[in-house]
Amino acid sequence: MINIWEVNETNAMIEQENLDVRTITLGISLLDCMDSDLGELRNKIFNKITAVAKDLTAVGAEIENEFGIPIVNKRIAVTPVALVGGAACQTPEDFALLADTLDEAAKTVGVNLIGGYSALVSKGMTKADEMLIRSIPAALCRTDRVCSSVNLASTKTGINMDAVRLMGRIILETAERSKDRDSVDCMKLVVFCNAPDDNPFMAGAFHGVTEADAVVNVGVSGPGVVKTALEQVRGESFEVLCETIKKTAFKVTRVGQLVAKEASRLLNIPFGIIDLSLAPTPAVGDSVADILCEIGLEYAGAPGTTAALALLNDQVKKGGVMASSYVGGLSGAFIPVSEDQGMIDAVQAGAVSLEKLEAMTCVCSVGLDMIAIPGDTPAETISGIIADEMALGMVNQKTTAARLIPVIGKGVGDTVEFGGLFGYAPIMPVNRFSCADFIRRRGRIPAPIHSFKN
Amino acid sequence: MEKSADKTIITVVGKDTVGIIAKVCTYLADHRINVLDISQTIVQGYFNMMMIVDMNEAVKPFGDCSRELAQLGEEIGVSIKCQREEIFRKMHRI
Repeated sequence: MINIWEVNETNAMIEQENLDVRTITLGISLLDCMDSDLGELRNKIFNKITAVAKDLTAVGAEIENEFGIPIVNKRIAVTPVALVGGAACQTPEDFALLADTLDEAAKTVGVNLIGGYSALVSKGMTKADEMLIRSIPAALCRTDRVCSSVNLASTKTGINMDAVRLMGRIILETAERSKDRDSVDCMKLVVFCNAPDDNPFMAGAFHGVTEADAVVNVGVSGPGVVKTALEQVRGESFEVLCETIKKTAFKVTRVGQLVAKEASRLLNIPFGIIDLSLAPTPAVGDSVADILCEIGLEYAGAPGTTAALALLNDQVKKGGVMASSYVGGLSGAFIPVSEDQGMIDAVQAGAVSLEKLEAMTCVCSVGLDMIAIPGDTPAETISGIIADEMALGMVNQKTTAARLIPVIGKGVGDTVEFGGLFGYAPIMPVNRFSCADFIRRRGRIPAPIHSFKN
Repeated sequence: MEKSADKTIITVVGKDTVGIIAKVCTYLADHRINVLDISQTIVQGYFNMMMIVDMNEAVKPFGDCSRELAQLGEEIGVSIKCQREEIFRKMHRI
């Protein structure tokens, strides 16, 4: 039988160390909504989302109540809209109308974000893909809850440099449209290499075409729990350090698995995957950077950071994999700047640069995330940063991403406030040397030699 | 009425005072909630009790009992929490 010490340990994790389930994300296929009539398509999309997800927030609240574990976000991911809207949309404005529909559906069912305003263009762009991409600035500006992602590269296909060039301009235009709000709309836009079909985390969640009609995916969190566990083993060997992370990750993930199975049962929708991620928030004690400090660094970004992060990421996976029947999504440590107080402190202390963050993305789950850069950064430079990140993902056969926020009217030394879970960020300097001639070349970068495995 | 095959864990944490257990147990008896096990300890000077209960015959649904117990806790000056046992079992047992 469960004893009082075990109960106290679990509840201390929840009450003092910010253990929570970060998101229950309901993936919904919109493939059966396709129609050549735009009005009909919008109706079908709205009806399907509001029918499938009608109980999502209530089920989330019920699970929170019964297990006493906070479930921070309830969200929806849909089939990439470029695929769904191709037959009906003749202009970028037509696509933006679909974003309005998604926004309305999200508000109706009470989820805080809906992902899938997306295009998958790792090898080439269809007319529909390009129209959707060109509609992103307008779509994000006029909606509140819609998130957009574009897959620009993969290990199997190489990097679509035409799309990379276009996305540099689209990100700047998105920033420009929301310049009176510190360019915040860029928070809802992410570009990927090797984007997973079942990622429950925003802004990059979409419901891949390989998925079933509807599926429940869950993202766990718990950097504070790992940090507290490591406080007990200060100065111990790497073996003890790794074992401690692994055991803690196991416990955290078991809670995610329980919540996912329960949500799946109550919604009568199949369970997809658990995303084993350490996802920080700006709350004190909920920081991945603080774990790196606890491992032995003065600040995140100090020499040794990449090694410490590699170790952390690997142990989280090793502990988590056994705790869950299906693992997927991004699964690893997230290193956003604005959403992690320890990372913000590291930037302000001058300990971490964009280049060091890039190195760190080689060994953890995602990429350059929630990084504010000067608003006068040229579009080609943004494309260059994206291309570098895509190359890391392509060659290392892993997911990488970039969510950059060029803050119009602000420069290095200024700070931007994103609010709530998104936190705030000091604007980071960007290398000022040009890559314009490189970015202006047409076409794509071929897939790397080690992708030819057949 | 909501039924659940699982056991429920009730935790009571707060400053020690006369009659905490009596008041909680009275509530449980009044609502036909069966106590299977009680353990108690003092953590950092605070009263800390855990009860394993069976709510299958309870006269009110889980959500109502949970809310009313939390309210009772506020009256006594302690924190009372109800959670399904499964979360602890999953975390601490393979």
